[in-house]
Amino acid sequence: MSALLQVRGLSKAYPGVVANKDVDLTVQQGEIHALLGENGAGKSTLVKAIYGLVKPDAGTMALLGKPYAPPEPRAARRAGVAMVFQHFSLFDALSVAENVGLGMETPPRLRVLAAEIAQVSRAYGLPLDPAARVGDLSAGARQRVEIVRCLLQEPKLLIMDEPTSVLTPQEVEILFATLQKLAREGTSILYISHKLEEIRALCRRATILRRGRVVGTCDPRSVSTAQLAELMVGTSLKRPDREGRNRGPVVLALKDLSVPAPGRFGTALSGIRLTVEGGEIVGIGGVAGNGQDELLAALSGELPVGPRMIELEGEEIGTLGPVARRRLGLLAAPEERLGHAAAPDMSLTENAALTGWMREPILRRGFLDWKAARSFAQKVIESFDVRTPGPGTAARALSGGNLQKFVIGREVLQRPRVLVVNQPTWGVDAAAAAAIRQALIDLARGGAGVVVITQDLDEILELADRFAALNAGRLTPPVPTEGLTMERIGLMLGGAHDMDVARPDEAHQIMESYDAPA
Amino acid sequence: MDLSSINSLLLLASLMVASTPILLAGLGELVVERAGVLNLGVEGMMITGAVCGFAIGFETGSALWGFAAAAAAGAVLSLVFGVLTQILMSNQVATGLALTLFGLGLSSLIGQGYVGERGVNVPDVPLGPLADLPVVGPILFRHDAVVYLSLFLCLAIWLFLYRSRAGLVLRSVGESAEAAHALGTKVVRIRLAAIAFGGACAGLGGAYLSLVRVPQWTDGMTSGAGWIALALVVFSSWRPWRLLLGAYLFGGLTVLQLNLQAAGVKLPVEYLSMAPYILTILVLVIISSGRGRAALGAPAALGRSFHAAA
Repeated sequence: MSALLQVRGLSKAYPGVVANKDVDLTVQQGEIHALLGENGAGKSTLVKAIYGLVKPDAGTMALLGKPYAPPEPRAARRAGVAMVFQHFSLFDALSVAENVGLGMETPPRLRVLAAEIAQVSRAYGLPLDPAARVGDLSAGARQRVEIVRCLLQEPKLLIMDEPTSVLTPQEVEILFATLQKLAREGTSILYISHKLEEIRALCRRATILRRGRVVGTCDPRSVSTAQLAELMVGTSLKRPDREGRNRGPVVLALKDLSVPAPGRFGTALSGIRLTVEGGEIVGIGGVAGNGQDELLAALSGELPVGPRMIELEGEEIGTLGPVARRRLGLLAAPEERLGHAAAPDMSLTENAALTGWMREPILRRGFLDWKAARSFAQKVIESFDVRTPGPGTAARALSGGNLQKFVIGREVLQRPRVLVVNQPTWGVDAAAAAAIRQALIDLARGGAGVVVITQDLDEILELADRFAALNAGRLTPPVPTEGLTMERIGLMLGGAHDMDVARPDEAHQIMESYDAPA
Repeated sequence: MDLSSINSLLLLASLMVASTPILLAGLGELVVERAGVLNLGVEGMMITGAVCGFAIGFETGSALWGFAAAAAAGAVLSLVFGVLTQILMSNQVATGLALTLFGLGLSSLIGQGYVGERGVNVPDVPLGPLADLPVVGPILFRHDAVVYLSLFLCLAIWLFLYRSRAGLVLRSVGESAEAAHALGTKVVRIRLAAIAFGGACAGLGGAYLSLVRVPQWTDGMTSGAGWIALALVVFSSWRPWRLLLGAYLFGGLTVLQLNLQAAGVKLPVEYLSMAPYILTILVLVIISSGRGRAALGAPAALGRSFHAAA
């Protein structure tokens, strides 16, 4: 094996942060190389530099021994580097074929391209309808679009930025089989993730980043998950403590909750039944785009629902709006931190007042008591260890993890009867995630019911007492999480959908037939 | 009241002339919005085009130079908007409104020496025997070159948007600037080009008013045509052929109300002249009610600023 890509001493600084510092990385030909690190460790910046999206401040790169410094993605693609993005670089309103064509250097005519996509995608076990509008596709199918877009260019190096966060376990298995076959055929894959089990299953070599620096290179199979985690995080983490909770009476009941899809690319909820007891944490899993946002909106009161569809402690609250529901003790923290859970340009004090005035003594005869609001914000900051200069800081200025701690803490401290959270630890570093999970468990210990909507299956196993899967707007009957296997969870999430095992030989034949003059 | 005095042939013929300014401006704005930029300064660019077109046409005696100057003036003015919103990241709505106010003031200043002057003559395109055809001859084939240019532009923009790769790239920028950037598309450059094109089209539309339709220079002579063009873009769901249809619908209404006035309909003039604007408001209300703008097919990134993080 010889080196395909060599990165030496790469550095990149943004105002206020050093994203990469003296990073060395070598990817051999035909290997699946893991790039491991926490959120904010600098993985994305590094691969963006390799893909020509970011211009490094210092350092050199070489591709197949030749100097390589792509000024823009187009040059990287020409050199044989392709990338599947973490946040999809797809256009909702365009068709699959148009999306694929946009990512190619010299796309054939749309009709030819469509036929090519249909065949190649089937051969790789990633079936796609080239005429489908991307906005109507599931998250898994969107990722297939991205992957097929890359494969059609027959890359030497395929970069995958956290590809499995939107897939069911079965889909992950099929993806891995496809990647392994690609690697056997000589394509190198740079695989970015913070999921250790995945890396151990897929990769023989891993480079670990922490705070922008390489802290180690290892064979992930020869070290334990705990060792890997310690390398990645820098300290050892303790699992949250779930003991000492008593179940109370039912606090929240959903009775055939159905809501039509809001907007063109939304998901309709149909016939959702669920009860949540006091002191219980119910985990709702599902691949993104299966109705998570709509469920949260229906529970928080943002989406109007039928009068009898939701009961809070025996009271029908379906027609009540968010303010009335908050007064009664049903609180919610949505997924989008900036813009939904918090107003980005307002201070933490103002943000605390925005959801706190119904339950905290912040209003006096209809006027805001800023002193009370500030002390409430201060209380959130202190109890949840939010790292910030003070309550006067704008929400936008906080890091993802700190803002998430603030947003969750703000609801927890209002002593809810029921708290609904969507993706509470998405994009949050491990230490903050552990703190947030512990806070949710402590809240349940105090007798409240907690609904955790999440795409992180480990989070469900760690937190929830019962698990239900959301699939195309329908909820499976909940099952206890004790003794639940990943495979079972995957089947509840809809299994492999329509993905299929890869047949790369066939794909190659098809692609070669296109290269031959017609 | 004497409705028989309205000649339906002349009415249809003048419909095309009356529609051309808003069609041109609307087509330009359609391309701009497809690139994800909302430029509310159409009115300002139109009237600047109108005064520059009239002034240069008057000074050189050539309508061609007039139209060229109008397109250039519209493009230059729109690039002021472009630099402010795309490079200096100012708010698109506020900047667009400011552009309208600026254009109105600037045109008034430039036009001071030209009030009351007689403009240049813009000849019809000699289409020979076609023009002599009964009925369709006077309606379709006795117009000046700009009318036909506007129809050609409609076809060209449709081909560009839906049949060319460059058009696909432009639409992708309007759908998601971030995703387009990730693929290596030069978002800001494409948007600036679209803005300049939109400005040139608006300038042409304005010049058509001052050189052909009226043909004279008076202060504020566009009198809201730019806003009608903006409404047309929404009415057309950002599609060129529907925009043509909409423009002729609005143009028809304008011509009809003028004819009704001339025929002495017993209705206050004000009601008649406000008709196109009421229709504009109605169109906007009906079209934006209910299912939100995504249902209309609006470009997803319309009006959103883009700043590359690298």
